[in-house]
Amino acid sequence: MDDLIADFVAECREMLEALGGEIVAWEAEPDDRARLDSIFRFVHTVKGNCGFFEFPRLEALSHAAEDALADVRAGRRVPDGALVSAVLAIIDRIGEMVAAIEAGEDMPAGDDSALIEALAPGAEGAAAPVVTTVAEGGGKASAAPRTIRLSVELLDRVMSTVSDMVLARNELARRLRESANDVPVDGAFERLSSIIAEMRDAITRTRMQRIENLFVGLPRMVRDLSAELGKQVLVDIEGGDVELDREMIEMIRDPLTHIIRNSVDHGIESPADRLKGGKREIGILSVSARQSGNQILIDIHDDGRGIDGKRLVEKAISVGIVEKGDAAQLSPREQLALIFEAGLSTAKEVTSISGRGVGMDVVRSNIERIGGIVEVDSKLGEGTRMTLRVPLTLTIIPALTVSISGQHFAIPRSAIEEIVRANGESVTLEHLGGAGVATIRGRRVPEVSLAGILGLESQVDAHEQTLIVLRPSGGDVYALSVDRIHDHEELVVKPAAPAVMATGLYAGTTLADDGSPILLFDPAGLAQVGGVKLEAQERTARIAQGQTEVVSKATAVLLFRGLDGGRRALRLAVVDRIEEVPVSAVKSAAGQLRVQVGEAILPLAGASSEALGDGNIRLFRLNDGQHEMGYAFAEVVDFATIDNEVIHAERPGEVSGVSLINGEPAELVDAHWLFANHVGAAARVTEQLVCRLPSDDPWMQNMLRPIVEAAGYRVIGEEEEGDADLVIAAQGEETDAANAIYLRTEPEPKNKKDDSIYRYDRAGLLMALKSAGGGKGK
Amino acid sequence: MNELLLVVTIAGERVALPSAAVESVVELDTLIPVPRAAGHVAGLSALRSRVLTVIDCMRSLELGDTDCSDGIREAAVVELDGHHYALIVDLVEDVVESLSEPVPVRAAMGPGWERVSVGMVETEAGPLLLVDVAALIAGSETKAAA
Repeated sequence: MDDLIADFVAECREMLEALGGEIVAWEAEPDDRARLDSIFRFVHTVKGNCGFFEFPRLEALSHAAEDALADVRAGRRVPDGALVSAVLAIIDRIGEMVAAIEAGEDMPAGDDSALIEALAPGAEGAAAPVVTTVAEGGGKASAAPRTIRLSVELLDRVMSTVSDMVLARNELARRLRESANDVPVDGAFERLSSIIAEMRDAITRTRMQRIENLFVGLPRMVRDLSAELGKQVLVDIEGGDVELDREMIEMIRDPLTHIIRNSVDHGIESPADRLKGGKREIGILSVSARQSGNQILIDIHDDGRGIDGKRLVEKAISVGIVEKGDAAQLSPREQLALIFEAGLSTAKEVTSISGRGVGMDVVRSNIERIGGIVEVDSKLGEGTRMTLRVPLTLTIIPALTVSISGQHFAIPRSAIEEIVRANGESVTLEHLGGAGVATIRGRRVPEVSLAGILGLESQVDAHEQTLIVLRPSGGDVYALSVDRIHDHEELVVKPAAPAVMATGLYAGTTLADDGSPILLFDPAGLAQVGGVKLEAQERTARIAQGQTEVVSKATAVLLFRGLDGGRRALRLAVVDRIEEVPVSAVKSAAGQLRVQVGEAILPLAGASSEALGDGNIRLFRLNDGQHEMGYAFAEVVDFATIDNEVIHAERPGEVSGVSLINGEPAELVDAHWLFANHVGAAARVTEQLVCRLPSDDPWMQNMLRPIVEAAGYRVIGEEEEGDADLVIAAQGEETDAANAIYLRTEPEPKNKKDDSIYRYDRAGLLMALKSAGGGKGK
Repeated sequence: MNELLLVVTIAGERVALPSAAVESVVELDTLIPVPRAAGHVAGLSALRSRVLTVIDCMRSLELGDTDCSDGIREAAVVELDGHHYALIVDLVEDVVESLSEPVPVRAAMGPGWERVSVGMVETEAGPLLLVDVAALIAGSETKAAA
């Protein structure tokens, strides 16, 4: 019986979570049958089960809600704000009771009859607040994928077995190399290796969860908040399908909630104030998630009143966080960053929602604890954008392995700012009263020796050592001297035993490829034990010459083979990530090869249309901070560093030079040239492009315009003077422009001659916008 | 009553560990030192894909150092609070059944033994000192003197 109840509770909780978003969306669109059905299903399930388990109060509640909803389904009743609120209240009460059952407590006291009465037609309820949701995918209710329940423990066991398997494979590989080569055995071993690698990937993914689980409760939360505050807020959620380690999702739940509460409470103004400020009375809060390399970026953007940097500074001076003299030197960005200081709030009054400005400091420390970063950007009167950057998973972190007196250690790569040789030209090392000071390109950095911290003997002369410039989260930089640098590796990190953690130096342990344990350093702990005084904030790190361009002596590159078999290298920093796409996604459009990756169309280099073949191609996604492009390749060879002389090419081109990397010559791909020739040209041309949109068509102005503008066009209306390079019009309308895009409202074209584009065919639209721009360029 | 005990020798003395706490007995070969850790932490070793924190029982009992230089050492692997430890012992002898509840030892023992002792148990192999694994792992000092 207890098992059955546990199942019932688990099922209810799952449905309740999924329902949070649905019910608000239903309120916005009461005719939406699919959503109504899923809510109905929930109360129906609850009713059925509690009859069986004898929970009379639950049964009465769900029965009443079911009746009311059945009336709506049958068309006997039209859902209104009062009904939605009443149903919401009942679902909340069901949630409370389910929680009580789970905890084995008595049912929460209280009379349910008021709730049930509120369901009756014409009952007086609280006026419904206006909140609408623009969920991704528009009208479709989110169907739950087929799932089973597994304990995380079991998953962990499978994961560690797979890790064992990888180690056993490595061992076997070593033995095979030593013994005589037998081709069939090698072949079988290769196959085993690839299967194990695939399995490891799959198991890693089982720990991942769609971030939707985090987002699904937001519309409901914002609805309740805005109702309480008398504001009107529209929530726009994007990127729910981004996947994240499930523990990570739990870690960012609180910080995210806090930021959103702040946005609704302090950011978005009341409807009257918004109208006065010339804004629409409904505020927009958009939350989006996307993956970028090994990080997940979560943006929370509101179009509210923004943060007043000057007021923050005044406040900071008055509470003594900043000295008056220093305050004058703060850049606008640093002014905004003050919001993360403890004990600072610009809100005039304290409200029950987001409290008194304690909080943003907690948000930051929580995010930094999991290796993430919070950034804030705000324009006074226009809104605030908070960006959370968090690593994909807690357990796998990219790290650099170093050695001191023969022993290997790992340093998390996120903390490493640059790597320089102690005897490099721009580096001098001095000792003042026993303390090390490194001057790196005019910037003074405290230096500590890893050998000194660990009490080991360095085997390398001080001037032969390598300095690693580290920036612990939220702290100031310092340089750590080590004997030798080895490899970049992705390490599976596990917590170390308390006796090891007690040293304060280590963040965990991990296993190297050969199965021997490696200790992972905690950069902040190293600094502390090494006696470096870290100032709390970056802003105090004003240095003599300012921060110059960070160029590490040993440039990290990615060594790969191009489609033509050439051995090439690309600087690691410009490679965002690796994608695999079907060859059919590559098309020659607007004068060059382009590839469709997800919803983006990127210029493609490194390939010609003949060399592609069939199947899939792999490409690097390159990013210069503003534009993206693809570079096709056959296989990745290795990570490497350029430490030999580079012989520069005579003419500028795709290859900037040749250098010996790992003992063999490799061509260095010139990322600047790539962007200049594939993206730059397009960007220059499209800057002057003008697109005419009908100004009286709200769909065009509200939905289409941002896309057109994002494609680099300046948008003008019909009545404005000037030549337009491109005209966009609804199908059936006539224009005299040479270059025109016609949009139809039906997904299918009317006939074969119909060259219009379906207006929600985003990829098609973007392609048309690009080729129109490209035509002008020639 | 009928608890199984693992009889091991530490610093020449036969003692008993509760065998329920012991996962396996292994022979350690590689040992990666942990700089700055407490003295009784001999280092790290790997057992398949798990990292073991190796505890030098002699150091923990303040009875001197185990000589780890000669290579392979026998150790009992135990789990405590989700972490795996390998306790270096001189010798693993046998598994015996306990014939009594632990009773306090009334004679004076060395301070190290006093700290880790649970009591004396009767076995077929005569009376043995039952050792508290957690106390053995905690060691005598919380932090090593640098």
